[in-house]
Amino acid sequence: MLPVACEDPAGYADRSRRFADVPAGDGSRHAITVHRPASLSGIVGTEQTPQGQPVEVSCATCHEVLRPPPELPTSARTLGGPHSGLRFEHGSNECRSCHDPERYDRLRLASGESVPMTDALRLCAQCHGTQHRDWLHGAHGGMNGHWDLTRGPRLRNHCVDCHDPHAPAFPRFRPMPPPPDAPRRRADHG
Amino acid sequence: MDEKPTRRVALKVLGATLGAAAFERALSPLRELSEITSVGDFMQKHYRELSRDEMNAVLRRLEDETQQRYGREVTIRDVRPTEGVQFAYALNLSVCIGCRRCVDACHVENNHDRPTHQSYIRVLEMTSGSMDMEQGNTGYDHTVPAEGKFYMPVQCQQCENPPCTKVCPVEATWQEPDGIVVVDYNWCIGCRYCEAACPYHARRFNWHKPEIPAAEINPDQSYLSNRIRPQGVVEKCTFCLHRTREGRLPACLEACPTGARVFGNVLDPNSDIRWVLENKRVFVLKEELGTRPRFFYFFDV
Ligand code: HEC
Ligand code: HEC
Ligand code: HEC
Ligand code: HEC
Repeated sequence: MLPVACEDPAGYADRSRRFADVPAGDGSRHAITVHRPASLSGIVGTEQTPQGQPVEVSCATCHEVLRPPPELPTSARTLGGPHSGLRFEHGSNECRSCHDPERYDRLRLASGESVPMTDALRLCAQCHGTQHRDWLHGAHGGMNGHWDLTRGPRLRNHCVDCHDPHAPAFPRFRPMPPPPDAPRRRADHG
Repeated sequence: MDEKPTRRVALKVLGATLGAAAFERALSPLRELSEITSVGDFMQKHYRELSRDEMNAVLRRLEDETQQRYGREVTIRDVRPTEGVQFAYALNLSVCIGCRRCVDACHVENNHDRPTHQSYIRVLEMTSGSMDMEQGNTGYDHTVPAEGKFYMPVQCQQCENPPCTKVCPVEATWQEPDGIVVVDYNWCIGCRYCEAACPYHARRFNWHKPEIPAAEINPDQSYLSNRIRPQGVVEKCTFCLHRTREGRLPACLEACPTGARVFGNVLDPNSDIRWVLENKRVFVLKEELGTRPRFFYFFDV
């Protein structure tokens, strides 16, 4: 068979319509921001502001005062005060695997370095290297915004957005309803 | 071929090869349509034949028609691909839990028919160990993920070697330079050959005029993607080209609560999608057919 003469396979009569006119960028890129879950800076109480917003009390409000801190419990069961009812199911970890025993509103890395709660991602990373590596490459944890950083910014989810540090298994839940024609049909047919 | 076939010529050719009865069946949607097709629709040239000015005139006309038929002011743009960009999509089956949020996001973003809850995505509930998508069940309705199951969302695979475009008798569907397979809904005659040719069941036919309350219409629309489709034409996933060709992520990716989806430009060696293709053991559906999908799946190992 003769090769078909076809210099522009997409065949646009008006060749200027073939591609978008994207202005050449100046090489600058928008930022990737990591979402900061509110649970890393305080606890949300049952009280409400006059505007009906739940009151958030920062960890420091109480823990600056509670010094020296009470003994770290060995399990969540003995936990009292405003934190009672904490569910703990995170492998063989102990409270002190993560919390700084000197200051509960801070975390402690394996190296002994004390870091603010907002650095929790570094803590997760040191025990979950695989997921952290995948996360760094966008292959775990999801995102919002732009795939093309020359066009706009990107927002990454934090590990703690999806995993409760004390019971990190991803929750099970009800799916959105099935398509109305689904019970009669299987993978095939429109 | 140096001249694009007109619809009229193609209809004649089709009639000759198919025989009268089959021809009539194939065209019945078109016949039913003729009453509601405006003169402007019928006189319109093929998308690729339009100059910029003609394209703009078509867009304004379609915006007016949407206003009249659906009571909503919308913007319909002609969003073209960017040179040096080819899209690919990957999905982590270890993480997907089958919640159908992507299905719903597609429904909303792409102005699908509300009563049938149409969407370009179907999620198959699969039995661990099996990879045969024909065995998947789309009708599950229980807490997810279920024990012993995994979940596989399937949408258009934007094949590099698409069987669907080849069977179109009027060239109403084709592959764009960034890899997206598109449909000119104003050129499609509704014969559904492409739907039958797709091994992934990814194309949909509009049996009825899509119904959407004005308030629910997504007014950010494009000609080749999410504008409200006419009755009697075939539609399909376009990787949300009205978003992605402008650098944004597809709606189904943003809606995923598990972070299972990875999207980007495969020609960019530093992109997330390239990292996945190079570092995960990715596979494609029905590889043996030689369709070369741009949609990849992987498990964490
Ligand atoms: C409303 C005051 C208050 C706030 C706000 C508060 N805590 Fe506490 N926290 C306490 C009290 C009281 C105890 C001691 C409970 C006990 O004796 O069992 C405590 C104990 C703890 C303990 C150790 C467990 C124990 O029982 O010894 C940790 C860890 C801790 N808090 C972390 C935090 C972090 C992190 C935040 C912010 C996210 C925070 N706390 C916010 C009052 C507070
Ligand atoms: C894997 C690391 C990790 C371990 C192990 C851990 N925590 Fe935490 N904890 C955190 C992080 C991170 C926060 C920040 C708040 C959040 O995201 O829930 C926190 C917050 C808290 C808080 C305050 C906020 C709240 O949820 O009430 C208390 C109290 C607390 N931890 C107690 C404990 C106790 C008691 C243990 C041991 C049974 C423990 N933690 C074990 C990481 C850990
Ligand atoms: C000190 C080490 C350590 C740290 C720090 C740590 N983890 Fe873990 N994590 C573990 C261990 C151990 C397991 C249990 C693994 C197993 O059962 O195989 C686990 C399990 C998990 C699981 C799987 C849970 C399940 O039931 O499926 C998730 C998700 C997880 N961790 C998330 C996190 C997150 C998020 C953080 C940071 C807030 C974190 N981990 C910090 C050690 C750690
Ligand atoms: C968008 C939500 C999301 C974010 C953000 C996220 N994960 Fe996950 N992660 C998941 C889901 C979903 C699973 C799979 C759960 C399942 O199998 O049911 C998972 C699984 C895991 C597991 C268990 C893997 C296994 O094999 O059992 C670990 C550990 C983990 N994630 C750590 C992390 C760490 C560390 C971060 C932050 C760097 C993170 N995740 C961020 C959703 C998330």
